Amino acid sequence: MKQTIVRNVNELPTYGFGSQTGPWWGAMAFIALEGMGFAVAIAAYLYLYAVNSKWPLNSPPPDLWPGTLETAVYVLSAIPNQFTNRWARRFDLRGVRIGLVIMSLIGLALLVIRGFEFAHLNTRWDLDAYGSAVWFVLALHTTHLATDVGDTLVLTVLMFTRHATPRRFSDVTDNVFYWNFVVIAWLPLYVLLDWAPRL
Amino acid sequence: MSDLARDAARHLRDNQLEQSELAALLLRIWHTPSGWLGSLTSVDHKVIGKRYILTAFAFLILGGLLAVLMRLQLAGAERKLLSPDLYNQVFTMHGSTMMFLFAVPVMEAFAVYFVPLMVGTRNIAFPRLNAFSYWIFLFGGCFLWIAFLFNVGPDVGWFAYVPLSSLQYNPGKRADVWAQMITFTEVAALAVAVEIVVTVFKQRAVGMTLDRIPVFVWAMLVTSFLVLLAMPSIMVASTTLILDRLVNTHFYDTASGGNVLLWQHLFWFFGHPEVYIIFIPGTGMVSMIIATFAGRPVVGYTIIVLSLIATGFLSFGLWVHHMFVTGLPQLGASMFTASSMLIAVPSGLQIFCWLATLWDGRPVYRTPLLFVLGFFAIFVLGGLSGVMVASVPIDMQVHDTYFVVAHFHYVLIGGAVFPLVGAVYYWFPKITGRMLNETLGRWNFWLAFIGFNVAFFPMHILGLMGMPRRVYTYTPELGWDHLNFLSSAGALVFAASFALLIANVVLSLNRGERAGDNPWDASTLEWATSSPPPPYNFSRIPLVTHRDPLWAEGVNLPVVAGLSVERREVLLSSIADAEPHTREASPEPSIWPLLTAIATTTFFVGSIFTPWAAVWGTPPIAIALIGWFWPTGSKEDEE
Repeated sequence: MKQTIVRNVNELPTYGFGSQTGPWWGAMAFIALEGMGFAVAIAAYLYLYAVNSKWPLNSPPPDLWPGTLETAVYVLSAIPNQFTNRWARRFDLRGVRIGLVIMSLIGLALLVIRGFEFAHLNTRWDLDAYGSAVWFVLALHTTHLATDVGDTLVLTVLMFTRHATPRRFSDVTDNVFYWNFVVIAWLPLYVLLDWAPRL
Repeated sequence: MSDLARDAARHLRDNQLEQSELAALLLRIWHTPSGWLGSLTSVDHKVIGKRYILTAFAFLILGGLLAVLMRLQLAGAERKLLSPDLYNQVFTMHGSTMMFLFAVPVMEAFAVYFVPLMVGTRNIAFPRLNAFSYWIFLFGGCFLWIAFLFNVGPDVGWFAYVPLSSLQYNPGKRADVWAQMITFTEVAALAVAVEIVVTVFKQRAVGMTLDRIPVFVWAMLVTSFLVLLAMPSIMVASTTLILDRLVNTHFYDTASGGNVLLWQHLFWFFGHPEVYIIFIPGTGMVSMIIATFAGRPVVGYTIIVLSLIATGFLSFGLWVHHMFVTGLPQLGASMFTASSMLIAVPSGLQIFCWLATLWDGRPVYRTPLLFVLGFFAIFVLGGLSGVMVASVPIDMQVHDTYFVVAHFHYVLIGGAVFPLVGAVYYWFPKITGRMLNETLGRWNFWLAFIGFNVAFFPMHILGLMGMPRRVYTYTPELGWDHLNFLSSAGALVFAASFALLIANVVLSLNRGERAGDNPWDASTLEWATSSPPPPYNFSRIPLVTHRDPLWAEGVNLPVVAGLSVERREVLLSSIADAEPHTREASPEPSIWPLLTAIATTTFFVGSIFTPWAAVWGTPPIAIALIGWFWPTGSKEDEE
């Protein structure tokens, strides 16, 4: 077909932030499907809760301290996370490097606390349906946590190399955004795992 | 601005070039590397779309051959072609192949090929994820079929109900193979869904506002949301099943507080939307074909789009109608009856819109339209029997009989396969540059239409006579042999129609009439480029001012200029108004998606033998992913 040029996009930038970019929407779509995964896992837990007259079935509820400590760290991690976001949007490389290092350390610390949490669930996955449900829900979130920590570590290393170009600052803000999801997804799971068995 | 100025100086732009010069430069940056190694690195949505379509059709042939085997076995009483055990594997393989390896992937495959062309962009969003998705789909499908060839094919039905699929009743690896095949195909499907959503949201051509999006693209957008929200449920289901079998969890073990109905809820919360994941793309194809062959825009565009969205929402409120015989509370059953009947309304609305389009247009009865007319007849019949089984008393009677087999084949083959074959005839010229043979096409249609009805209509009656599903044989005194014989004869005719389709494709690939850019005088953007399209799709990005751009603009396409010709670039635009705001880099070919898929396959297959696969299987995936995302220093990466 013949073409008539009616508009020129010469001046448009080659990267953007947040909802201006493809990867942000990709992260949104992954959050939608992973959020649905959590919702289904929670529903399965509550279904087993509903069909059994006793809950937990054969074990005491989990010890509260690891989950509570973890929740506190998650909530507080929002602060350095937001600072990282702010530095990235200002293209402040030094700030971003500091923010990413802090977030990597927080992530690794959370993985360690998560280990304690598994140890203090007071049940095993093969003990009964309660144990299976608890381990499944916690393992699902651990997969998310570990994936995001891995992602953050790689991005941190990348920002110390020559590849720390302007476009990578947009990737940093997407990483910040996804971490918020990991935090928000944890909050209902904390209530479900640590408090629902005490009702 | 100084950055921008530097950037402008650094990159040559398409507005500075003549058409032939521009095409040569674009070809250089967008082509897939040559050689077999190069072809493995392809991230071109058309290359991957074609592979996806061909692979899905290969699985259709395999699944179809199994159907023929079953019909030969059932053609008379007490036939001994298949043993009971093999028959169990065959019907499970047939259902699983058709649902997970053919129906869903083939619809997504058409979207992978056509959505970027229809919205006027140069590649799909996340092209490497797209390549990864294809490899995972291919490996998952091969895994299932190789297992079958080694007599480890699943034998628990395509829905693998517990406790039948529990370790106690299904020792060995057959149910594990089923569960892990699910994981493969769902990962592949979810990846494509994410790509489609982002492509439609962000990569539409300038001016393609929400009310100018082609109906097929709308249909695939709704379908992608259904995939995103329904498939996590089956992944939770298949994972918990495999955990029960492998590491002794108790999700479905009643003795330890588990519950078997939990499986049915999880399965059908996915399984019912799954029907619409297959059907909604079919309706999108129907809308496109009808508009083109009626020679006018489809009547009631807004109604059709809203119907698609309504169908999407309602599809999540029906799953319990698969569980009417499990002893549900009456109130629950009534609610799900009501919602099951309600979903007939948006489908009905669409059918009236299509009829009005044909009524008001000047229909040209070429093969694609014939398949759409066949779709009307068959799908409406399937819809009617659907409303019947939505009613609890009728469902109680016909549950697990051949009536249900007849119903869902009318809905699925009528609702999806007929539009799909119509779509093959419609879009083959775009993909290959050649027309399919029209005479063979008509034979194809009539064989399919007659064969299908002869094969499946008698099953309604057999079901009402009490013939149960999934039986490998029956005794002569039951009086089912005549209708079964008729059904089997129909199945052979139906199978012959597909043989004819394949013959037509093979013959036309080399000897078909040359198609030209727009052989049907259609209105949407995929017809604005050459057939087959060049690797960069459009030499300049179209600017859309109308819902049917090619009918509105005649031979002179308004376009946008200013994109780089030195690196792969796509134009991102705002969601509602499609106002351009960013020239974003698009990834180059890469071998990493394939390597990641191989690592993932090793993990998935290993994990049905040992839980330690989760430990040793993870590092290779992590390494492959780092290789995938680590910048290579190319122009695409260094902005």
